[in-house]
Amino acid sequence: MKKPDLTARVAGITSPNPFWLASGPPTNSGYQVCRAFEAGWGGAVWKTLSHEPIVNVSSRYGAVDYDGRKMMGFNNIELITDRSLEVNLKEIRDVKRAFPDHAVVVSLMVESNRDAWHDIVKQVEDTGCDGLELNFGCPHGMSERGMGSAVGQVPDYTQMVTEWVKEVARTPVLVKLTPNITDIRFVGRAARQGNADGLSLINTINSIMGVDLDTFQPRPHVAGRGSHGGYCGPAVKPIALNMVHQVAHDTEIGLPISGIGGVQAWQDAVEFMLLGAGNVQVCTAAMHFGFRIVEQLRSGLENWMQARGFERLSDFVGRSVPAIGDWADLDLGYKVVADIDQNTCIHCGLCYIACEDGAHQSIERTPLPLSTFSETILANGSTTAVSESGGHRVVAGAGEGYVNRYDIRQDTCVGCNLCSLVCPVSGCITMKEVPSDLPSMTWREYQDRLSRGEVAPIQPPHHV
Amino acid sequence: MIEKTPLCAAELAENFADLHPPFTRDEAVAEAARCLYCFDAPCTRACPTHIDVPRFIRQILHDNPGGAAETIFSENVFGGSCARACPTEVLCEGACVDRTLLKAPVQIGRLQRYATDYAMEAGLRFFEPGPDTGRRVAIVGAGPAGLSCAHELRKAGHAVTVFEARDVAGGLNTLGIAPYKITTEFALSELAPILEMGIDLRLNTPVDAVGLAALRAEYDAVFLAIGLGPTAALAIPGEDADGVWEALDFIFQTHTGPLTECVVGRAVVVIGAGNTAIDVATEAVRLGADQVTIVYRRTAREMSAFAYEYELARQDGIRFIWQVQPVAFEVTDGHLSGVTMVRVRPSGRGATLVPVDGSTFSIPCDMAVKALGQTPILDLLEGMEGVVVEGGRLHVDPTTGATGVPGLFAGGDCISKGAEIVNAVQEGKLAAHGIIASLSH
Repeated sequence: MKKPDLTARVAGITSPNPFWLASGPPTNSGYQVCRAFEAGWGGAVWKTLSHEPIVNVSSRYGAVDYDGRKMMGFNNIELITDRSLEVNLKEIRDVKRAFPDHAVVVSLMVESNRDAWHDIVKQVEDTGCDGLELNFGCPHGMSERGMGSAVGQVPDYTQMVTEWVKEVARTPVLVKLTPNITDIRFVGRAARQGNADGLSLINTINSIMGVDLDTFQPRPHVAGRGSHGGYCGPAVKPIALNMVHQVAHDTEIGLPISGIGGVQAWQDAVEFMLLGAGNVQVCTAAMHFGFRIVEQLRSGLENWMQARGFERLSDFVGRSVPAIGDWADLDLGYKVVADIDQNTCIHCGLCYIACEDGAHQSIERTPLPLSTFSETILANGSTTAVSESGGHRVVAGAGEGYVNRYDIRQDTCVGCNLCSLVCPVSGCITMKEVPSDLPSMTWREYQDRLSRGEVAPIQPPHHV
Repeated sequence: MIEKTPLCAAELAENFADLHPPFTRDEAVAEAARCLYCFDAPCTRACPTHIDVPRFIRQILHDNPGGAAETIFSENVFGGSCARACPTEVLCEGACVDRTLLKAPVQIGRLQRYATDYAMEAGLRFFEPGPDTGRRVAIVGAGPAGLSCAHELRKAGHAVTVFEARDVAGGLNTLGIAPYKITTEFALSELAPILEMGIDLRLNTPVDAVGLAALRAEYDAVFLAIGLGPTAALAIPGEDADGVWEALDFIFQTHTGPLTECVVGRAVVVIGAGNTAIDVATEAVRLGADQVTIVYRRTAREMSAFAYEYELARQDGIRFIWQVQPVAFEVTDGHLSGVTMVRVRPSGRGATLVPVDGSTFSIPCDMAVKALGQTPILDLLEGMEGVVVEGGRLHVDPTTGATGVPGLFAGGDCISKGAEIVNAVQEGKLAAHGIIASLSH
C-alpha cells in the first residue's frame, strides 16, 4: 500500500512533514537544528532573534508532575536568543544550505520601531530562510520591555508591527499569538489586517509553577526570587486546541494556522490538524525526550492516515472545525446513558463514587456475596483474577466475603461521561445512545418553540 | 551430634538478608501511582485489621509518609511487622483489582513497610494515653494480641499490666518469624512506641490457674492472649532422640542468639507442609544444610503453606515428598540417623489416610523438625464456669472477644488455634473495644 504524502504547506512554506520544532531552546543553534533535521523533523522555527543578544538567568525551567509522571506541565523564564545575531545568521545560512528541502523559519522580536523591524527582516531573509515568525507572544521578561506579548495583547500594535514587517518581507510571515488575552480572535483579525500570511498559536501561558514548601521560594527561582513564566507541555493542549479552533472558525481571519501547544503524541498532532492547523510545532516534548520522538509522530500519523484512506494532509485538515460551535446549537433531544460491562469490570468502585459525590447519583452498588458472584458474574465470563493459595481461594475485588457489583440507573443517568472517564478499564464503561423523551432540537430552537407555545417547558430531573 | 552452621557470618548475613528489600522514595512513589484508589476498597476489606490502604498509599504518593504511617498504625500497631510478614498474597494484595487489570497487584506490603519504616526511623509517635479512668486491666501474654489490646486500652485511659511468661515481649512476632522477614531487632523496635504508652510489662511471669483467679479478683477485666503450646506429638518411636526438634525451637534460635551459633543438620527432614514448615526448611537451607526435605501426608493441593511460600521453598532447592507419613525416627548411638516413612493414600472419602502395604522407606538425616501445628494450653481455664472450648479453640464472641466468663476476654492464637499476626492484632483490638464497652457500663 502506498505511503501517504506527509508534505505540509502552510502559508506558502513547504516542509517534508508537518512536524516542526517550535521556537525555543531546541532551536537555539545550528548544531541542534541539524540534529533535528537528521532525526526527521520537517521544519524548525529558529529561537527568537533580536539585534542584540539578551542576558539570561539561572535557573529557568519548572515542571508540574502528575502523581508520579514527570512534566505534565512545564514552564520557563528563559528569554530570546542570548547569542549574537551574526552567529545566528551564519548558522541559519549553513543549515538552510545543508537542508534545502526542510523548512527553516526564523522567529523575530525587536523593539517596536519600524526601522528596527525593517533592518532585521532584511538581514534574516538574506540567509535564505523560508519564512518569518513574529514573536508577539512571549509572556515573560521581554513583555516588560514592550515586546513579545506586550505587542500581541494589543490588536492595534499587532497590526502595526505586522504591517511594518510585510512592507519589506519577501518570505511568508507568520504571526505567533499569545493566549494571555480575553479573546484570541481579535488579535488574529489584527494580524490579518496587517497582511500576515499565517498564524502560529499558542505561545506559552502566564504561570507560576509552584512554591517550595521548605524554602517558600517559587519554582523555578533565581537567588530565591521568581517571576511568572510561560506554561506549556501536555497540560496546555486543550487550551491550545480551543484557540486554534476559534481562529480556524473565524471567517474574518481565514489564515493558515501552525498549531502549537502540548503536542507530544501523534494523536495530538492529528487533533490540531482536524481543528484547522496545517502543521504543528513541538517544543516541550523534544525538550523532555529529545529529537528522536519525531519518528513516532511520523509513523503514527502515517498509519492513521493509511487506515483512514487519507493520501495527503489536506484530506483531513480542518475536518472537525464545523463540528464545534455554540452551546446553544447542541441538540437537547440527544441522549446517551452509561453502560457497565460486568465481564470486564474490576470492581474498583471509582465510577460509583465519582457519580455519587461528583455527578448525578445514578450508579447502584450491590454487595454480592462471594458465592453469588462466583455463580453469576464469574461463571458468565468475568475477567476477574482468581487464585488458590494455602487452601484459600483468593478473588481480586473481594473482601469481607463480598464483591461490589455496579449498575447504571438508566432512568436517572444524564449521560455526563464521568464514570466512563474515571474507569481504568478500556471499553468497560461505554456511553450508549438511547431514545430521548425530547424531540431533536437545539436550545435556540427550544427557546423559539417555547415562545410560540409549541412545546411545554422541559421539567428538571426529579431524582435525588 | 548436630553441629553449628558451617557458614561464616558474612554468608549467613547474605542468606538471611531481607526477602523484600525496602523501597526507595522513587520506587514507593512509582508503585503508589499504580493504586487506583478504589472505593470500598477490596484491600481494606481483605485486611483483618481494615487498614485504609488506598488512603495510606495516596499519602505516600503525595509525599506524606508520616501521615501514611499514622493511617496504618491507627488500625494496626504492628503495621511494620505485618508489612513484612503478612501473607499479602491472600489478603490485601490478593484482593487488589490490579490483579485483574494488570495481572499484578499493587505491592501493598512493601508500601506499608516504606511508610512504617519512615515513621520508625523518624521516631514519630502518633498516640498518647487517654485520661486516667481508674480502671485496671490485666493482660496475659505480651504477643501481638496482648499488646494490641494493651495499646487500645491505654488510648482509652485504662491502666494495663501485661504478664509475659518469656523473658522478651512480642511473642511469636519477636521470636517465631523467619529473620529474613522480621529481624529480632525490628520486632523489638516496633514494641517501643507501644510500651511507651505506659504499659506495666512483667516479663518472666507465667500465669497459671491460681494466678488467673488472683488477676480476676484484682483487676476490672482480664484479657487472655496466651497463644499456643508445643507442637503436637507424633507418638512414634525415637521422638525424644537427639536431633528431633520442634519447629518453633528451631526458629527461636535464629532470634535468641547470633546466626553463627545456630545449629542445623546437614540432612534435614521437616515434617508438615504449613507455613511454619516452610520457614523451618528455608532457614535450614540458609543455615547451610546440604539437603532439606519436606514430607507431608497429603498432596500439594492440600497443604496449608501459601503459594508464594511454596515457591520460595522450591527456589531454595527444598525437596518435597507428598503423601508420606513418618512411622519411626531411626536412632544410631543415641542420635537421629533417619526417618522411616510409609506412603499413605486417602481411604473412602479422603478423610482418613491408610498406609500403602510394603511402601516403607527411609530418609537418612541428622535432623528432623516437627512442624505439625501447635497444641492448645488452656489448662489454666480448667473447671472455670462459662469457659467453652471447641476443637482446641477458646470460644469468644468474635465482635468483643468476651468469653463466657464475666470479665474474661481472649484473643490471638488461643482462640484461633494459630493464625497470622494481623489476625491476633485485630482480635486484641476488638477485645479492647469489648473491654472498654464493658467497663463503661
